Amino acid sequence: MLRIRKAPMLAGALLILVFPWIASRIPAISHYPDLMVFAGVYALITIGLSLLMGYAGQISLGHAAFFGIGAYVSGVLTTQFDVNAWLGMLLGAVAAAAVAVAIGAPSLKLRGHYLAMATLAFGIIINIVFREEARWTGGPDGMVGISGLSVFGYAFDTAGKYYYLVWAIVAAVFLFTVNLIQSPTGRALRAIHASEAASAAMGIPIARYKVIVFTFSAVLAALAGSLYAHYMNFINPATFDLFFSIKLIIMIALGGMHSIWGAIIGAILVAFLSLEWLHYFEEFEIVVYGAILLLVTIFLPEGLAGAPAKLMARMRR
Amino acid sequence: MAAEAVNDPILEIEELVMAFGGLTALMNINLRVPRGKIKAVIGPNGAGKTTLFNIITGVFPPTEGSIRFDGHTISDRKPHQIARLGISRTFQTVELFNNMTVLENVMTGRHLRIRSPFFACGLGLPGVRRQEKRLKEDAMALLEFIGLAAKSEIMADALPLGERKILEIGRALATAPQLVCLDEPAAGLNETETETAAHLIHAICQKGITVLLVEHDMKMIMDISDEITVLNYGEKIAEGPPGEIQRNPLVIEAYLGQGGGFEIG
Amino acid sequence: MESFPFVNQLLQFLVTGLTVGAIYAMVAIGFNIIYNVTEIINLAQGEFVMLGGLLMVSTHVSLGLPLLLAFPVTVLGVTLVGILLDRLAIRPIRKPSVMTLIIATVAASIIIKGLAMIIWGKSPYDLPAFSGRTPIDIGGVIIQPQYLWVVGFLVAVAVGLTLFFNRTILGKAMGACADNPDAARLVGINVRHMVLLSFALSAAIGAVAGLTLTPIALMDYDRGAMLAIKGFGAAILGGLGSFPGAILGGLILGLIESLSAGMLDSGYKDAYALIILLAVLFIRPSGILGNLEVSRFKRF
Repeated sequence: MLRIRKAPMLAGALLILVFPWIASRIPAISHYPDLMVFAGVYALITIGLSLLMGYAGQISLGHAAFFGIGAYVSGVLTTQFDVNAWLGMLLGAVAAAAVAVAIGAPSLKLRGHYLAMATLAFGIIINIVFREEARWTGGPDGMVGISGLSVFGYAFDTAGKYYYLVWAIVAAVFLFTVNLIQSPTGRALRAIHASEAASAAMGIPIARYKVIVFTFSAVLAALAGSLYAHYMNFINPATFDLFFSIKLIIMIALGGMHSIWGAIIGAILVAFLSLEWLHYFEEFEIVVYGAILLLVTIFLPEGLAGAPAKLMARMRR
Repeated sequence: MAAEAVNDPILEIEELVMAFGGLTALMNINLRVPRGKIKAVIGPNGAGKTTLFNIITGVFPPTEGSIRFDGHTISDRKPHQIARLGISRTFQTVELFNNMTVLENVMTGRHLRIRSPFFACGLGLPGVRRQEKRLKEDAMALLEFIGLAAKSEIMADALPLGERKILEIGRALATAPQLVCLDEPAAGLNETETETAAHLIHAICQKGITVLLVEHDMKMIMDISDEITVLNYGEKIAEGPPGEIQRNPLVIEAYLGQGGGFEIG
Repeated sequence: MESFPFVNQLLQFLVTGLTVGAIYAMVAIGFNIIYNVTEIINLAQGEFVMLGGLLMVSTHVSLGLPLLLAFPVTVLGVTLVGILLDRLAIRPIRKPSVMTLIIATVAASIIIKGLAMIIWGKSPYDLPAFSGRTPIDIGGVIIQPQYLWVVGFLVAVAVGLTLFFNRTILGKAMGACADNPDAARLVGINVRHMVLLSFALSAAIGAVAGLTLTPIALMDYDRGAMLAIKGFGAAILGGLGSFPGAILGGLILGLIESLSAGMLDSGYKDAYALIILLAVLFIRPSGILGNLEVSRFKRF
């Protein structure tokens, strides 16, 4: 049975809980909780994407668009229509779901990787929409004045508070996904991954499952986008471009696409790389990302999450 | 069985033609599979047997002709829809779910008979958990039936070939089919394993499930089939009970003409 | 002869559309060559175009080499990059699947783009037109001589490739690989070499597209992705794997883009080609000249 062990989950949860306290004690990393907010936001996206890539076996090269849809729907509804932020978040998710079905259904019923090209095109189109529809989105300069998040008067107005909010949501999504993988739905997805021919012969509607997974991943990305918008209080189209979609792929590849843990690890690593560590490389940043992606693809196809198993196999020889 | 008039066919194939571009794989095939019996389709390599299976199970549509299963036309349906109607299959190349255990493979076979709503699964609701428990029990019972219960927690790809073939048959049975199509169940098996397979197929038929099989092992075919259809170069050249087929000159020529042996039990 | 301004404008859009379309056609041809031999979609195809333009700028403008010398040096240089792409990004992958290969070409494309940014910076570069910028006026419609170079090169590439694939042993060998790599291997064709050749050829054609495009539309390090996607759109529109399809798809795509940008919102210029791509994928993924059955059986 695919058992996702409880011990690492508890360890992870503990680490997340105490991290801000540890960081506050060490001046050099005292700003890390802020970075971890972004890591958590990215992790929401990568959990969904890893289901899509690892189980449905499909690539999306345009997930930045769903991230952006969540962010802009939240932004527009809260700043221009005074909609409650949480309702805006829900509507952002609904919008992303609708779009995902519209794009996914026709692409995923075809055998092969048409989704990759469809999402590539779609991602760019959405980015152009963000840049052009200035009346709604503020155009290339972006949208300012997006409110923060609060619940029953309690405002998540510091990095520390937002950190716990985001990671609580990540934990919930993580548990949901773990349940999913161990359920009949998870089995169906694993079956599709193992043999599409046999899955179909066993009555599993492959295209429908792929669309469901794609839609789920889009909803998570939109959720992440809304959380991002309410944290930064400002969004602009440049954040939701092709390069971010590629960064998401790097997160999954680095962490390991067949592991939900990998999705989280990858998100944290790339968040820190892009916001902190790669600043020293300046011009070389893009090349470094490409190199990481290529090296991981060639030498570590199961990502960092697959490294322990690989090491053990090596040692056995 | 005495005085059983025309046994009402569970599967009816009419004037089936399959052409891939310039190549005609199947030509005007007419076939009836009698309910509750074991029917074999044999023929030299390249006669079109697996193509026939692929068409029946919806992998691709026929160029011409129709297939009716239990009254429903299925020639235009997709594989998963045909599975839901009650036809199940195994593959020549043994397509197990290698990333799962023996038990999980069988449980997945049952998938189309259970309910697994997305949110209920993700939330881990008690209804889903209870269903999983029942599913496990049913799957274990099936594993007992096919003789693999002791290996339930072993990864599917760790089994020897003979047991993998048996497992694949078990998985096909989990879908609760009315008709099961077995594609070369004895290929690559030794005598003992072949006998095990033959026993299992017989037991399946005893349960009322119709069996359609493609095979090269003549001894097995002659032993267990109720009726045999012989294909050669995409056309049906003979049909009848095993005794008749053995003596049919056209059949003998088809096999000898191909340079192949035709061992009679 | 009276020239009606609307018709004039329409014809002008036609001219630019066909020119841009010729570029997309060349990118599409590059896609098809690699796809036919390897079934890989090379998402770094656009970077070859970008490199063709920028390398030409370095050799012809910075180093001052005459056109006749700068041209082969540039094409060879980009061909080398194509070969490196095959050797360093594609070959080393131990368990190639369509997904890992897509990711590998994406990785390669951003490495190339990143290096281009370091070498040439972020600003766009210009190239002098090959035969000057004196516009040719035909009944009120302005045709830049460089446009003719673009179309001319497309014709040359098309003719050259047709001769290569149909008349030379090497070309036929590549075709054999495309049809049936296992059979090709059995008759002694070195499939690995054919793969390498397909990347080299695609890179060369991409370079030609880039260096003829730059005098018209400038070139910067970031152009690769958009060119690749539109080129891919052209290939899909015409039928993935089909050469006449690539040309047809490219020209049609260029025309639609030019007309839409001219008559509708030009801010969405890039989106029109992409919308066409989506429409093709959803409605008729085998494209105009593609074979539906073949597209169903091919791995991508």
